[in-house]
Amino acid sequence: MVTQPLEAPSFPPPRDGKCPFDPPPAYGEARKKGKPQLVKMWNGRPCWIVTNYDGVRAVLSDNRFSTDPATPGYPTLSAAREAVLELPPTFIRMDPPEHSRLRRLFTKEFMIKRIDAMRPRIAELVNELYDQLEAKGPPVEFVNDFALPLTSTVISEFLGVPVEDREFFQEQSRLKVLLDVDPSIPKQAAERLMTYFDALLRKKEKDPHAHNDLLSRIVIDQIQPGHLSHEEAVLHADFLTMAGHETTANQIALGTLSFLQNPDQKELLLARPELIRNAVDEMLRYHTIVQFNGPRVAMEDIEVSGQLIRKGDAVFALISAANRDPAAFQNPDKFDITRSPDYHVAFSYGVHQCLGQPLARAELQTVFSTLFKRFPGLRLAVPFEKIVFKPDHFVYGVDALPIAW
Amino acid sequence: MRVHLKQHLCVGAGLCVVSSPEVFDQRDEDGVVIFVPGQEHPDPKYHDAVRGAARKCPALAIEIEEEG
Repeated sequence: MVTQPLEAPSFPPPRDGKCPFDPPPAYGEARKKGKPQLVKMWNGRPCWIVTNYDGVRAVLSDNRFSTDPATPGYPTLSAAREAVLELPPTFIRMDPPEHSRLRRLFTKEFMIKRIDAMRPRIAELVNELYDQLEAKGPPVEFVNDFALPLTSTVISEFLGVPVEDREFFQEQSRLKVLLDVDPSIPKQAAERLMTYFDALLRKKEKDPHAHNDLLSRIVIDQIQPGHLSHEEAVLHADFLTMAGHETTANQIALGTLSFLQNPDQKELLLARPELIRNAVDEMLRYHTIVQFNGPRVAMEDIEVSGQLIRKGDAVFALISAANRDPAAFQNPDKFDITRSPDYHVAFSYGVHQCLGQPLARAELQTVFSTLFKRFPGLRLAVPFEKIVFKPDHFVYGVDALPIAW
Repeated sequence: MRVHLKQHLCVGAGLCVVSSPEVFDQRDEDGVVIFVPGQEHPDPKYHDAVRGAARKCPALAIEIEEEG
């Protein structure tokens, strides 16, 4: 254990106001020191930050680093975050073997072939939303008029969560992950979500054959045979709903903004549509929107990139820093859709790597293979400097993206 | 090349299937990695993609034995 609260810089450090796409400059400075560095958390506790690609992959793929918030020493970002982490966990906050058992109950739903079968429906929804944008006429607000309705509708239909409830679950999910607010705000949002998903699952348990959706299949395949309790299913329904819309919506907004700020890349994608897979992985790498992944605590003494991490020490393996490591990505601060960056760690790494990544990729590939064809004159409707970014949110993004064409 | 799958480690991220759909598939029951029938010794034209799949696998569930 590190026992002396040190004269260490506060975490998280600020981003550079002039380069809102880039992670905090302090990450790059920490990486140059060649090994994990100590920082001071909001509660005065010390924590190691790992900022190099190899070190981040080493931590995230080593199950001797716990991701269970109940493990003594687990680092948190704020009082509000700590309050949410006291709630019962889903598999992403569990260590093997419990993690593996629970995650496997859901993996078949996210198989590549299952998600690929959803692509025509995703394309249909994208086109409907383009029609609505066109009917509304410029300027439109791209987050609330396109990105959120798309990702919320896709996850609603997939899970079997009534799409008419999307404003409720969008707003409560947003409140639940706020970092710099009174802890009662995320806690109350979490309670509302639990009440909602408890009622929804009870309905599906009564008649699981009424609809062929993920939650009904979970009732039939997992709850009825006794692999999963009702309470566990409620927690995971909430988690899949939130993880399924908030992240991808933010990525759509930031990805769009990056193309608008780099018109050469937009022209390149239009001229070479086969670059779409690289382009989507490049925006995942470049933005790494889950900006505060991944908190861990060492369960043994472990050396990481030349630094001995003691049992009980807190660690943040910063995927947003790893994805800008020049040792792993040439010219890492450039948004360049011609590179093949699919070894990035934007979806994390190790056993906790994102289960929903095939769905996120399917949505992003559908949007970005069509957006600039449908709206060739797409542009910002306000100066770039007026765009408000969200550095204090668990998932990075913009508040609003006014666009015109 | 001989490929070994450690199915007990697989977390179903699916990156191998995206990298090398000719070699890897996912089991219908639980999404765990399986071979496309007969692909334990993949055709040389897929070797680079298979190496990429092994490198990307988040659970380190793919092992490659390079054969002379």
